[in-house]
Amino acid sequence: MGEESPRIQYLSETFSGMILESHAFRGDETVVIRGEGLLEIVRFLKDDPKLDFDFLADITAVDYLGKKQPRFEVVYHLYSLRANHRLRVKVPVEEDEPAVDSLTPLWKGANWLEREVWDMFGIRFRGHPDLKRILLYEEFRGYPLRKDYPVNQRQPLVPERPLAGTFVDTRSDDKLLQLKQKLGHER
Amino acid sequence: MKPESRELPLETMELQMGPSHPATHGTIKFNLKLEGEKVLDCEVEVGYLHRGFDKMCEQATWTQVIPYTDRLNYVSPLINNVGYALTVEKLLGVEVPPRCQFIRVIMSEISRITDHLTCCGMSASELGAITAGFYMIEARELLMRIVEVVTGARLTISYVRIGGVKHDLPPDFAEQVTQAFRKIRKLLADCDRLLARNRIFIDRMSGVGVISQETAIAYGLTGPILRSTGVSYDVRKAQSYLVYDRLDFAVPLGTKGDNYDRFVCRIQEIEQSMRIVEQALQTMPLGAVSLDDPSIVLPEKEKVYNSIEGLMHHFKIIMEGIQVPPGEVYFAVEGGNGELGFYIVSQGGGRPYRVRVRPPCFIAMSAFHEMIKGYMVADIVPTFGMINMIGGECDR
Repeated sequence: MGEESPRIQYLSETFSGMILESHAFRGDETVVIRGEGLLEIVRFLKDDPKLDFDFLADITAVDYLGKKQPRFEVVYHLYSLRANHRLRVKVPVEEDEPAVDSLTPLWKGANWLEREVWDMFGIRFRGHPDLKRILLYEEFRGYPLRKDYPVNQRQPLVPERPLAGTFVDTRSDDKLLQLKQKLGHER
Repeated sequence: MKPESRELPLETMELQMGPSHPATHGTIKFNLKLEGEKVLDCEVEVGYLHRGFDKMCEQATWTQVIPYTDRLNYVSPLINNVGYALTVEKLLGVEVPPRCQFIRVIMSEISRITDHLTCCGMSASELGAITAGFYMIEARELLMRIVEVVTGARLTISYVRIGGVKHDLPPDFAEQVTQAFRKIRKLLADCDRLLARNRIFIDRMSGVGVISQETAIAYGLTGPILRSTGVSYDVRKAQSYLVYDRLDFAVPLGTKGDNYDRFVCRIQEIEQSMRIVEQALQTMPLGAVSLDDPSIVLPEKEKVYNSIEGLMHHFKIIMEGIQVPPGEVYFAVEGGNGELGFYIVSQGGGRPYRVRVRPPCFIAMSAFHEMIKGYMVADIVPTFGMINMIGGECDR
């Protein structure tokens, strides 16, 4: 897991209580931080001349169902155009009402990326201007990239018509019903 | 009629363009707010081609993900293959042999040329320059034939393997490429004569879809769109991978950040990519095209059919998958549209735990309203064309 780089050291000195963990695996520097400190730390990462992370490369999430506590991790990939270095910032998120602060005040590009995480994982972003589904449709139930979402679960907007000679997977219908019952309280 | 009431009443009109508009190659919808012909606001709806790439990858073995990556940006599938394979190799901590690195560079650059030719050719023909469009598609066809000779397919190539490539280049590859490049240079010179001083083309492209450097960075734009604003960020130069640091090429930059600069950046990148391929063909060493590591690379077919060890080895890799250690990595390559990043989480074992793609054109589409606000409805076509939105990559 390598030695701590000067950048991570500098960051942990500045925000000693907020950094839960840091490591460098295969040259990828990673810091795991508390959700409360996200906006403050990322603003510091962006504005501090020594760190200078002016470019938000990506936002995504990972569901560690049954593997880790808390269940979700929101993952930010930052890059510095001037200094040419990368950093991964991870925020653990609880399973009940998962939410983190939105980075839209810092980068406009966070808008769609956060919408996608909401769409796929159901993680809310506090302060997001227009948090709604992006790749899926509003009527979609559940969050497909969660590990407990069945992989062959189909939710067609228009019911599938059984045509003569075609195979219809009835298991899929049963699972849809089960999921609708399970999620019934959410709507 | 009183003179002050002569003006037409200005009312905001809402117009839905798409999801299947003839000029939007790719299924996408623009919800426009218009004042006359002027675009006041534009909300983009994507997702019509969402197939659940991430979820599918979680079900597949590491090798089975490769065909899925073909279908991300399907005008430059080889770059996706290379990006994915390099990310898994980073996770494994291995480096492929030199000849394989050169092959990957050559095939990536050929793919980049086809990407740029598709983007520029389609955009030109949408603006009425159909001749130039056909010339560029003809040039693309020359390369597609080469891709077909090497990989056996035109789009669904699945040529790259984790730890190598499927097989070596054909013996007369260099000759074929040289001939194709000679024809492409001639075709591009013709296109240049058709477009570079074409009043209609320049009027439609120049000063349209302008985005400032600050806005482009705030949205995380990459590739030709970012470079057209004058920011010199190319993953091949900034965080060099494979053998790009050994090859001499320039990163073309624009100044204004408009559609014309994006077009010129792409056309100039075609020439740079051809230079890279020519240099790589000259300096390419002989040798193996795959790692000599039986835990990653499949055995030769002869061993599989003729020995029990070979058969078992083959069976283990196919059925259980390559055993990748736990960990997480992010790796980016320069795709046709910009930084194509893969973030992969492994929990150990034969299947990925999470595969995330950073899709450059999804991020470019998130800034589309900034590019089009204040312009005319007709400007949507060239601006959208120069983003080169590819449904497979944008919607995954």
